[in-house]
Amino acid sequence: MTDTNTGGDVRLTGISKTYGSFTAVHPLDLTVPQGSFFALLGASGCGKTTTLRMIAGLEEPTTGTVFLGDKDVTDLPPYKRPVNTVFQSYALFPHLDIHENVAFGLRRRGVRSVEKQVGEMLDLVQLGDYARRKPHQLSGGQQQRVAVARALINHPQVLLLDEPLGALDLKLRRQMQLELKRIQTEVGITFIHVTHDQEEAMTMADTVAVMNGGRVEQLGAPAELYENPRTTFVANFLGTSNLIEAAVAEGRGAASDIVVTAGGGTLRLPADRCGAPTTTGGKLLVGVRPEKISLVHADDAGAIAAGRNQVTGRIVDTSFFGVSTQYVIDSPAGSGLQVYEQNIERDSRLAPGAEVVLHWNPAHTFGLDAAQDIQAGVETVEDAT
Amino acid sequence: MVRWIRRNLVVLAGLLTLAYLVLPNVIVMVFSFNKPAGRFNYTWREFSTDAWRDPCGVADLCGSLTLSLQIAAWATLGATVLGTMIAFALVRYRFRARGAVNSLIFLPMSMPEVVMAASLLTLFLNMGAELGFWTVLIAHIMFCLSFVVVAVKARVMSMDPRLEEAARDLYAGPAQTFLRVTLPIAAPGIAAGALLAFALSFDDFIITNFNAGSTVTFPMFVWGSAQRGTPVQINVIGTAMFVIAVLVVVAGQVAAGRRKRDTVR
Repeated sequence: MTDTNTGGDVRLTGISKTYGSFTAVHPLDLTVPQGSFFALLGASGCGKTTTLRMIAGLEEPTTGTVFLGDKDVTDLPPYKRPVNTVFQSYALFPHLDIHENVAFGLRRRGVRSVEKQVGEMLDLVQLGDYARRKPHQLSGGQQQRVAVARALINHPQVLLLDEPLGALDLKLRRQMQLELKRIQTEVGITFIHVTHDQEEAMTMADTVAVMNGGRVEQLGAPAELYENPRTTFVANFLGTSNLIEAAVAEGRGAASDIVVTAGGGTLRLPADRCGAPTTTGGKLLVGVRPEKISLVHADDAGAIAAGRNQVTGRIVDTSFFGVSTQYVIDSPAGSGLQVYEQNIERDSRLAPGAEVVLHWNPAHTFGLDAAQDIQAGVETVEDAT
Repeated sequence: MVRWIRRNLVVLAGLLTLAYLVLPNVIVMVFSFNKPAGRFNYTWREFSTDAWRDPCGVADLCGSLTLSLQIAAWATLGATVLGTMIAFALVRYRFRARGAVNSLIFLPMSMPEVVMAASLLTLFLNMGAELGFWTVLIAHIMFCLSFVVVAVKARVMSMDPRLEEAARDLYAGPAQTFLRVTLPIAAPGIAAGALLAFALSFDDFIITNFNAGSTVTFPMFVWGSAQRGTPVQINVIGTAMFVIAVLVVVAGQVAAGRRKRDTVR
């Protein structure tokens, strides 16, 4: 495994997992290119961990096959797969010291002299001085790095990370995100990262697969997913979206824009940013990200440049974040619209109760099929824990 | 004075409890240095180390002690191996009658010992078994088993199943995973169960007395000799056992403390 580190893509074809009558993962095709940092993102119970465990061999797929490069590994037990895992809460062996934890994989494969490799690996994760300590004597962040070292020392073709940063506090998590990214770039091994934290997925991964209810909702580069969500779940789960229920006034035609009406006004969006059918009179969900919207007091509405999408409304709430301010606005087009304004020149009239106009470049608007749950993927307080 | 008592009440209560626990042991030790006038070692006369210099001076005493140690060792081994396997089976596998086994395993603990002893004798006699070393050993393994199962089960249940997954992920096959990860982590529970089994077997009297036939274990010897007189050597053996046990515990703690100091530095 050390010498044949040619890797290859990870390919899942028609892979699924059912427990009795419950389907954890619906038949799924997925290709993870060699050397990429790939994230499986979704809320708990969406099947992302099950998918990861099927790649590791810890879970047997009900249907489908797992390929590593050209090799079908579906029937191989985990200890025969050139794949290693960084477990949630690390699963370090409590009876072994750090050195022996890291050396475990090498020793099991009969490697004689492990000292040099273990030393180098511990240096890579900056834990050289801790070799003789037991796991419980280390902090969470240090344990996390040991778990990474213990997996990486085997030079796997693929490194699987199951919510590796879940147990760390926010500051340490940020630090470890950069650290993991650095290590991945340095070793060039394919990383498959499972997380429920959309920010973490977008920061670290080259490609993100958003999973929901045992299916992949959408797959793509973080910016692509963020700018062009194709479902309400993706629109709401990745960041925040304002979704407005609208009726199609002018469908896909000669013009490149679709025109819709919502709350008495008209809005435009580029036809190529709408995957849903647009028959005139039909319904459509129109989306725009909160940071794309500008906010002006109703008295200054005349100053808005022509050709921009406009929605009138009233501020119901504001929160000051230092770098920006979040406004919540009720409008005829929809209630609870969110706007993030940079705090460059603050308009003191923009207080709760003020009449305002929201305006944005139509190019930032996207259209979604109105047949979906508009609230899908919205994180509630209980979910966020 | 009242305030002083109030402030030190916890310490006082602790010391009194300690005295309550230690005093009987102290009596055993002190009277191992006695030189009784007659057959009975019940009143203090004068200091002497006679008994310590000749611990086997009483007929059959050391023979019964050796027998008890042998039975305890084998019973511990048998009960620990069987009990560990039962504990793993109960925690790890779902099989038919698992619930029944789970509760039946407590039967020997809850059954009055004297009833159990009499019934065992009935069983052995009906089977035509010859009473002696083997019947005693079988009985001891039986009643030690449940204690080992309870001790090991608690440990196995609290074990993170991901540790074994991690081992399998790191190229350890089933046998290696068990030897390198599962067993070492379960070891404290197994050791606790084994110690308990040894102690229970070594000083069991009731079940042994019913099923021993003509063989005489150490507790039976003490009981038998108490009818005619109590030799000081009994106290010597008791004290020696006590001191050895305490030394083992202290040595264990010192070793653990040193290991900790080394690693923390």
